[in-house]
Amino acid sequence: MLKIDRRLISYFDWITFAVVLFICILGILTIYSATRPPLDEGEQPPFYVKQLIWLAIAISTLIAFVTFDYIKLKNFWLIFYIIGILLLIIVLFTGKTAMGAKRWINFGFFSFQPSEIFKIIFIISISAFLEDKQSPLSIKDTLKTLLIFGVIPFLLIIKQPDLGTAVLLFIITFIMIIYKGLPVRLLILLLSLLIISIFFLWEILWEGLKEYQKNRLIAFIDPSIDPKGIGYNIMQSVITVGSGGLFGKGFLEGTQGPLKFLPERHTDFIFPIFAEEWGFIGCFMLLALYFTLFIRCWKVSIVAKDSFGKLLSIGFTSIFVLYFFINVGMTLGIMPVVGIPLPFMSYGGTTLVANFVGIALVINVRMRRFELFYP
Amino acid sequence: MKKKDQIFAGIIFLIFIIILLRLWQLQILNTEKYKKLAEQNRIRIIKIPAPRGIIYDRNGIPLVENIPSFAALISPEYADKVDINLLSKILNIPPDELQNRLKTKIESIYMPIKIKDDLTFKEIAMLEARRSEIPGLIIQTELKRHYPFGPATAHLLGYLGKITEQQIKNNPQYQSLPSYFLVGQTGLEKLFDERLMGIPGEKIVEVDALGRELRLIKESPPVKGEDIYLTIDALLQEAAYKSFDTLTGAFVAIKPDTGELLALLSSPSFDPNKFVEGVTEAYWNELISNPKNPLLNRAVQGLYAPGSTFKIITALAGLEEGVITPDKVLVNCNGGISVGQWTFGCWKKEGHGPVNLRKALVESCDVYFYELGRILGIKKIHKYATLLGLGSSTGFNSDEKSGLVPDDEWKKKVKKSSWFLGDTFNTAIGQGFLKVTPLQMARVMAIVVNGGLKVTPYIIRGDEPRKENLNLNPKNLDIIKEALSGVVNEPSGTASGARSYIIKFGGKTGTVQVISKKLKEKVSYKNIEHHAWFIGFAPVENPEMAFSVIVEHGGSGGAVAAPVARNILEGYILKKRQLNVKN
Repeated sequence: MLKIDRRLISYFDWITFAVVLFICILGILTIYSATRPPLDEGEQPPFYVKQLIWLAIAISTLIAFVTFDYIKLKNFWLIFYIIGILLLIIVLFTGKTAMGAKRWINFGFFSFQPSEIFKIIFIISISAFLEDKQSPLSIKDTLKTLLIFGVIPFLLIIKQPDLGTAVLLFIITFIMIIYKGLPVRLLILLLSLLIISIFFLWEILWEGLKEYQKNRLIAFIDPSIDPKGIGYNIMQSVITVGSGGLFGKGFLEGTQGPLKFLPERHTDFIFPIFAEEWGFIGCFMLLALYFTLFIRCWKVSIVAKDSFGKLLSIGFTSIFVLYFFINVGMTLGIMPVVGIPLPFMSYGGTTLVANFVGIALVINVRMRRFELFYP
Repeated sequence: MKKKDQIFAGIIFLIFIIILLRLWQLQILNTEKYKKLAEQNRIRIIKIPAPRGIIYDRNGIPLVENIPSFAALISPEYADKVDINLLSKILNIPPDELQNRLKTKIESIYMPIKIKDDLTFKEIAMLEARRSEIPGLIIQTELKRHYPFGPATAHLLGYLGKITEQQIKNNPQYQSLPSYFLVGQTGLEKLFDERLMGIPGEKIVEVDALGRELRLIKESPPVKGEDIYLTIDALLQEAAYKSFDTLTGAFVAIKPDTGELLALLSSPSFDPNKFVEGVTEAYWNELISNPKNPLLNRAVQGLYAPGSTFKIITALAGLEEGVITPDKVLVNCNGGISVGQWTFGCWKKEGHGPVNLRKALVESCDVYFYELGRILGIKKIHKYATLLGLGSSTGFNSDEKSGLVPDDEWKKKVKKSSWFLGDTFNTAIGQGFLKVTPLQMARVMAIVVNGGLKVTPYIIRGDEPRKENLNLNPKNLDIIKEALSGVVNEPSGTASGARSYIIKFGGKTGTVQVISKKLKEKVSYKNIEHHAWFIGFAPVENPEMAFSVIVEHGGSGGAVAAPVARNILEGYILKKRQLNVKN
């Protein structure tokens, strides 16, 4: 039985928790609005009910993940990482195919997305791996990190295919390396290598993309090329956001979602649904919530008592910020469409639980920032 | 705080600024544009055709009606789930044709697909009985255009068809109409389309992304098109159609004192009822491959030399110019006249002997008119021909051809050669370069019998008649009119064979030599008969109608065209008596 120090409860970051919860509730309301049937059309799966249940599970998980000292995770990172990589391999062979991608493992009564679990394992592992290394990193350590955390998962995830997550994790690896410390000369060398290789490998990379991925990129550059086809999502998303205006159409008054003009309206494109009904003012409030959340997470990296905690919180902060920016950016037509959800708002159980684990670990780090003095 | 931490926070801040700026751009600066686009997504305006106006003849007989008809349609989402064999059996359409119809997606993917028009009651009953087995079936009532007189009024009324892209381009009022709308393509249906069309109804519905109608937001019912009353006499029109039978040609009748058109027939014709729901390829091919060109409206677009019917104009010119008197014997016709090395023959080779104006008209002596032409000169002939409306359109409608009245200047300009006396001879008897339409000739006849009023033919009852007094001497007109009565009613008249005991009519025959004698020997005889003309008026006392008849390759005017005219008049009068219709 785990016992929690009372002082730890008082250090628990209630504000972050409340902000996350508030965003989740806004998410559930928006899911309700997005999936409400305009007419009685029979069984509409009550996504918002499912998401509520998932929220309860996520909160329990959060509680579980703040009860133990995060430092303990450090010792098991290699085991975690191997399990994580194995999951990614398993999903390639046994995964359930949905919309052309193998991303889920089905356990009969529920299915989950290993790449979501992997995100957590990934941040823990890379943080643990980098902690022991000297700062700034040597060339050898840099290349090691890049290979173990950058290249291997990238190749496995891109096979699913899930280009968005793959690229994101690669970027996170880079951020972590830079955060850990990298001589400026090495940084410049790496960046120029990356740019040069993209430049020279562009043809191969482009050919390696699936047709729909190419189309998404083309559509991103000019959505009007084929408004009924590849550019449709972007156009409809921008229309949905724009038609919200200053004050929005009001909760449950949006038309673009329930009339199904906007695809993926309760998952990847949930932000436009919110923007249509709550308008610029609502979006501003929502952005303020996210901003508060991200800044609080970022602050943890400053106050953390050890390097592992710093890396852990900066890793999760980066992942949240990147997911947020890419998702919102794509719905606003300023980022290419990649299938990644909006943290805490999009419908999806595994993602929600994974994100809560992330928040839990950040809170965990924050709670124990003074523990050094109480051995 | 370390520098890299500050940079990190700075990047987060920057990201939020970028997103806020973009939101500002979309939601504040361009919100109206996107609101409109969102509405366009959601709102669909469905136009409902209004019942077209009815077209009536002068006595209130409908020339076109809207009759209810039933059509079978299939909702597009069921297009590939339909039991083809069952439908094929009930509707009696071969399965592969049915399959084809279901594949053609018209207008948009949301529009039901029409699979059969004009369902019989038996078909409806069978469809209804098995409705549960035919998902997506819609039986739709529609008003269909029906032309009770069929081919008899086809050229006059025209037909309907789907709006063409050209029409949308040219007519701004068509721009808002969906392309499945039927609009007038030819004839009066086209000419008065705007009035007949009415105001289409509008249904504003909310649709989802799949185009399914979710709810009706607003509906405005269509407003029926305006009814149009014509000056046409359906019975005369039909009598003309029946009299022409298999002949090729045209008949135009106008009321001499007003210019009201009483009949306007072109033969052969076509069945406008076959055009209502889009003409079939087979029928269209049949029409356009027919060498007699049934789609040509010969009454206003057929161009022919007037032949001897033109002698009326030459005679009138002679009288008006005072170069002849009615009784003056101008020539002694011995069958021809020589000019230099050329000989101009009279149609009657043995000659007419001494000829005065009356005899020249009644017996159609060519030599008399050669001589009169020579005396008048082409300028005078040209003056009177144009005065009576030849060489320009009558002002009836824009599809009309204007024809040609030649003179020396025209010949120099167009033919690049000088005018000969022979040309004057030819023109004087209505041959050569002259080109007229049957409508023009009917009006020439009207002018002669109405005392010299150049009326503009019109077709809408209630329009103001337009008349221009040509200031011709009534006495001269009477002289010609009296002679024209003789053409039919005297034994020596060229149309004496067409004399009627039911109605006394007068007129002038004409026979147009179509091609040279040389060629005639080469080609089979049948197709190259002369064109037969007869322009006339009836009854002789107080004429109520002036008309023209042309029978292409019919033979001589007296033997062919005049009897056609008689048949038309008699058929019309008998029918009228039978129905006891007042004029």
